[in-house]
Amino acid sequence: MPSKYEFDTAYQSRSARVLQTIRIDPVLLLGLLILTLAGLGILYSAGDQSAELMQKQIIRLSIAFLVMLVVAQISPQQLYLWTPWIFAVGVILLLMVFFAGEVGKGAQRWLKIGVRFQPSEIMKLATPMMLAWYLSERPLPPGFRSLIISTVLVLVPTVMIAMQPDLGTALLVAAAGFFVVFLSGIRWRVLIGTGLALLAFVPILWRMMHDYQRQRVLTLLDPESDPLGAGYHIIQSKIAIGSGGLYGKGWLNGTQSQLDFLPERSTDFIFAVFAEEFGMMGAVLLLSLYAFIIWRGLYIADHAQDNFSRLLAGSLSMTFFVYLFVNVGMVSGVLPVVGVPLPLVSYGGTSLVTLMAGFGILMSINSDRKLLSK
Amino acid sequence: MRRSFVTDHSFVSRLFKTRAIVAGVVSLLLISLLLARLGQLQIVEYAHFASLSKENRVRLMALPPNRGLIYDRNGVVLAENRPTYHLELIPEQIEDLEATLLGLGEVVAISEQNIEQFRTALRTHRPFESISLRTRLSEEEVARLAVNRHRFPGVDIAARLSRYYPQRTSTVHAVGYVGRISEKELNTIDVSNYRGTTHIGKTGLEKHYEAELHGIVGQQNVEVNAEGRILRVIDKVPPIPGNDLILNLDLELQLTAERALGDFAGAVIVMEPQTGAVLAFVSEPTYDPNLFVHGISVKDYAALRQGDYKPLFNRALFGQYPPGSTLKPFVGMAGVDAKAVGPRESIRCIGYYTLPHDKDHRYRDWKKWGHGKVDLADAIEQSCDVYFYELAHRLGINRMHDYLREFGFGDRTGVDLLGERSGLLPSKEWKRKIHGKVWYPGETLIAGIGQGYMLATPLQLAVATSVLATKGKKIQPRLLKEMRAYNGEVTALSAPSVSWVKLGREDIWDQMHESMRRVLQGEHGTARATGWTLKSYEMAGKTGTAQVFGIAQDEEYDAETVARKLRDHALFIAFAPIEDPEIVVAIIEENGEHGSAVAPIAMKIMDKYLLEEDAE
Repeated sequence: MPSKYEFDTAYQSRSARVLQTIRIDPVLLLGLLILTLAGLGILYSAGDQSAELMQKQIIRLSIAFLVMLVVAQISPQQLYLWTPWIFAVGVILLLMVFFAGEVGKGAQRWLKIGVRFQPSEIMKLATPMMLAWYLSERPLPPGFRSLIISTVLVLVPTVMIAMQPDLGTALLVAAAGFFVVFLSGIRWRVLIGTGLALLAFVPILWRMMHDYQRQRVLTLLDPESDPLGAGYHIIQSKIAIGSGGLYGKGWLNGTQSQLDFLPERSTDFIFAVFAEEFGMMGAVLLLSLYAFIIWRGLYIADHAQDNFSRLLAGSLSMTFFVYLFVNVGMVSGVLPVVGVPLPLVSYGGTSLVTLMAGFGILMSINSDRKLLSK
Repeated sequence: MRRSFVTDHSFVSRLFKTRAIVAGVVSLLLISLLLARLGQLQIVEYAHFASLSKENRVRLMALPPNRGLIYDRNGVVLAENRPTYHLELIPEQIEDLEATLLGLGEVVAISEQNIEQFRTALRTHRPFESISLRTRLSEEEVARLAVNRHRFPGVDIAARLSRYYPQRTSTVHAVGYVGRISEKELNTIDVSNYRGTTHIGKTGLEKHYEAELHGIVGQQNVEVNAEGRILRVIDKVPPIPGNDLILNLDLELQLTAERALGDFAGAVIVMEPQTGAVLAFVSEPTYDPNLFVHGISVKDYAALRQGDYKPLFNRALFGQYPPGSTLKPFVGMAGVDAKAVGPRESIRCIGYYTLPHDKDHRYRDWKKWGHGKVDLADAIEQSCDVYFYELAHRLGINRMHDYLREFGFGDRTGVDLLGERSGLLPSKEWKRKIHGKVWYPGETLIAGIGQGYMLATPLQLAVATSVLATKGKKIQPRLLKEMRAYNGEVTALSAPSVSWVKLGREDIWDQMHESMRRVLQGEHGTARATGWTLKSYEMAGKTGTAQVFGIAQDEEYDAETVARKLRDHALFIAFAPIEDPEIVVAIIEENGEHGSAVAPIAMKIMDKYLLEEDAE
C-alpha cells in the first residue's frame, strides 16, 4: 500500500520516526505512561506518603520500562525461535521451585539463582508464547489433537503454580493459554461443550472435597460470613469504595485508607484507595484508561503480520484485561479474594516487570508490522 | 512455517479478527459490569457506606468532670483533687520489655504483684496504649525516675487527679471519702454521666452531695485509625465541673474540739442555734480517708475494723447514747409547762425514791444521802435524781414523750448526711408494739433521768439545746453553707426548716437558762469547777452521765481496756452567752465517768469561738 506509506512518512514527525526506529509504539507508550503516573499518584496516598516507598516504586518502574524497551528490540521471529527453550527453562525452574524453592507467607514461590525471583512470572509470558508457537504451525482452527496438546501445555505450568500455591498467578497463566486457543479460532461448539463439561464436573468435585475444603470455598465465595478474618479485607474495601461516592473524598483524604482501616492498600487493594479518594468519576476515567490500553493491544494483534504474533499479542492484551477484571472484581466484592494486583498500579516489582515485558513484545510486534509494510 | 502463514492468510486473518472483536466486546461488557458494581456501591448504597466509614473512624469519648472541692467556712480546703503520679509503660515504644522492667525495679519499688498485674493488662491493651505499672509514686520516686528517664524510652510518669483530704483524720466523719465505683453503685447512678469517672462519694458529705460534687460529663468526637489510636479531636463538649461545697464547719473549731476530747472516744457537735450551722462535727477516734481513695489494703482495713474503739464508726451521726441527766432541763420544762410541778415547788430528796404502791423498790439518787428540799432550779444545778423521779411520775410517760418529741428527741434532725439515726424516745405504745409488753411505772422514773430505753444522738442533744438557747426555735442542723459553681456563681441553700416549741409561759425559758447558769456558777453546780474558770461570758450547761450496761460475753478485751470500758459515758450540753446565745455544744465522752469532766471541753470550744482564744 504505497499511498499509506507515503501518508505515513509525509506526516510523521521527527520524534515519531525516532520512536519507530527504537521500535516503540507511541500510542501504547502514552497510555502506559499516563497509567503509571496515575498509579504513582495513588500509591503516594496509599503508602502514607512514604518517600522511600515512592523511590522504590519509581526505580522498579524505570527498570520495567527499560525491560520493555529491550524486549521491544527483539523481533517476533527471534522470539518465535526462542519460545520452546524459554518454555522448557520455565518448566524446569518451576520444578526447581517445587524441590528447592524458598518458602514465604506459607507458599513456595521463590527461587534464588543469583537473584531471587518467581519462576511463575516467567510462565505468564512463556505459556502464551508456547501455545502461540505451537498453534501457529498447525492449520487453524485447531483440530482435536492440537487442542489436546494445547490443553496439556497450559495445564502443566498452571497446575504446578497452583500447587505452590499461587492461585492468582495460576489463574493468569491459564487465562493467557486459554486466550491463545480462543483467538486461534477454536470452534464455538467445542468451546461451549468443554465449558458445560467443566460445569458438570463441579458438583462431582464438590462431593469429593473434605468439609474443611468446602468451608474454605464457601468463605471465598461469601467473605462476609467471616467479618474479622477473610471477610475483613473485603468489607473494609467495600466501605472505602462506597463512601467515596460520586466525586470521592479527595486525594490524600480517604479516611478508610489514611487511617489504616483498609489492609493491603498499597498492593492488592489499591483500587479501593483510588475509588475512595476520586470517587465514581475517577474510577470511570481509570477504567477507561485500561480499556484504551487493551484496545490498543487488540489493535496491534489484529494488524500483526503472522499467526504467532497475532495470537501472542491478543493473548497478552486479554491477560492484561483479566488482571484488571479479577482485581477490581475482587476489591469491589463481586469476585472471591484471589491475590491479583491492579496491573501497573499496585506496589510490587515482579509482576510489573513481566507486564512491561509483555508490552515490549506488543511493541515489537507492532514495529514488525510497520517494518514489513515498508 | 512461512508457508502456512501465506496459504490461508485471509481466512485465518478473518477468523482471528472475529475472535479479537469478540474478545474486545466481552472485555468491554465486563468492564461495564465493574462500573455498574461501582455505581451500586458509590451511588446507590453511598449513604450506607458513608455512615459505615464514619463509624469506623469517629469514636465518642467521655470527658469526666473535675469533682467539686470542699472548703470549711473560712476557705480552708478539706477535700481537693491532687495530681498523683503513676508509672506507665507504652509497650510499642519499648524494645526490651524485660530489661526495662528489671531496670525500673532498681529505681522504684516494684512488687511481684505490680508486674503480674502489668502482664495481665498487657494482654488486653493495644500496644500503643499506656499501661500502669505502679500507682501513687512518692515524690522521691518521681525524682529518681526523672533523673533516669533517658534510660527508659516508652516509660512515662503520668499525672492524674485524685481525691486528697489534706486534713487527714480531721473532719473525716463529716466530709467522708470517695472510692472506686462499685457494681452495686452502678445500678443507682446515671451511668452515662459517670462515663470516664472512676470514683464516687462513699460516705459523709461526699456521698450526700454526690450529685452536686460530681458535675456533668463532657464528650468529644475523636478520629481514630484502625488500631484505635486517637488522631485528632473533631468536636468537643467540655465537661462542667462539679460544684464546690463551702461548709459551715470551722476547721479551727473542729481541731480545738478534737484536741479537747483528747484520746477519749466520743462525739462533739457545735452549732449556731439561730442558723443551724454545724460548726464542728467530731467523732473520735477517727481515721485517714486517704487510705480509702485508692482502695484500702486488707491489713489497714482489718486494723480499722478491729480497733478497740472502732474508728470507722461515726459516733456523731450513728451513735445513740442514753442522754442521762442532760435530759433533765427538757423534762423539767415539760413538768412546769404541764403544771405537773410548780416553778418554785420544792420536793424533798432523801437519797432515794419509792413509788406509792411499791415501797420496797428504791430508786436511788446519785447522792446517797440526798439533796434535801430542792426546787427545779436546785434540781438542775445539782442534778438531783429524786426530784425528776417525782416529776416523771407526775407527768407520766406519755406526756413526757410528747414534750420531748417537741424538742426533737426520737426524731431525725434532718442534718445533711445520709443514714442519720433517730435515737429512741419510749412510750407505752412503743413498748407494746416493739416488745409486746406493758409499760411499768418504774420505767417512767428511769426515763425521767434519761436512762432506760431513752437514747439520743449527739446531734439530737445539740438541736434540743438550741431550742433551749433560742427559747423555742427548733432548727435543722446543716453542715453545708453554700455551693459555688465552677464559674464562681454561689448558690445559697434554701432556708433550713424551722419549727417552734411553744410553752405556756415565756419565763419558763428564762428560768431554765438561769438554772443551767447555776450548773456552772452555782454554789452546788455540778460543773462549778469549770464555772470558776469562766472568763468574760456566761455559759448555761448541764452535765450528764450515762451508765454503761456491760460488755457482751463473747467480746475479748485486755484487763485495762475492760476497766476503762466499764466506766460511764460522760455528757455535757451547753450554750453561751446566756443573754444572746451564739453557740451550742453537745459532747459525749465515752467512759468519761462524769459530765463534770467534760464541761472543760465545752469551755475550750466556747473560748475559741467567742474569745478567739486557744486553750493551749
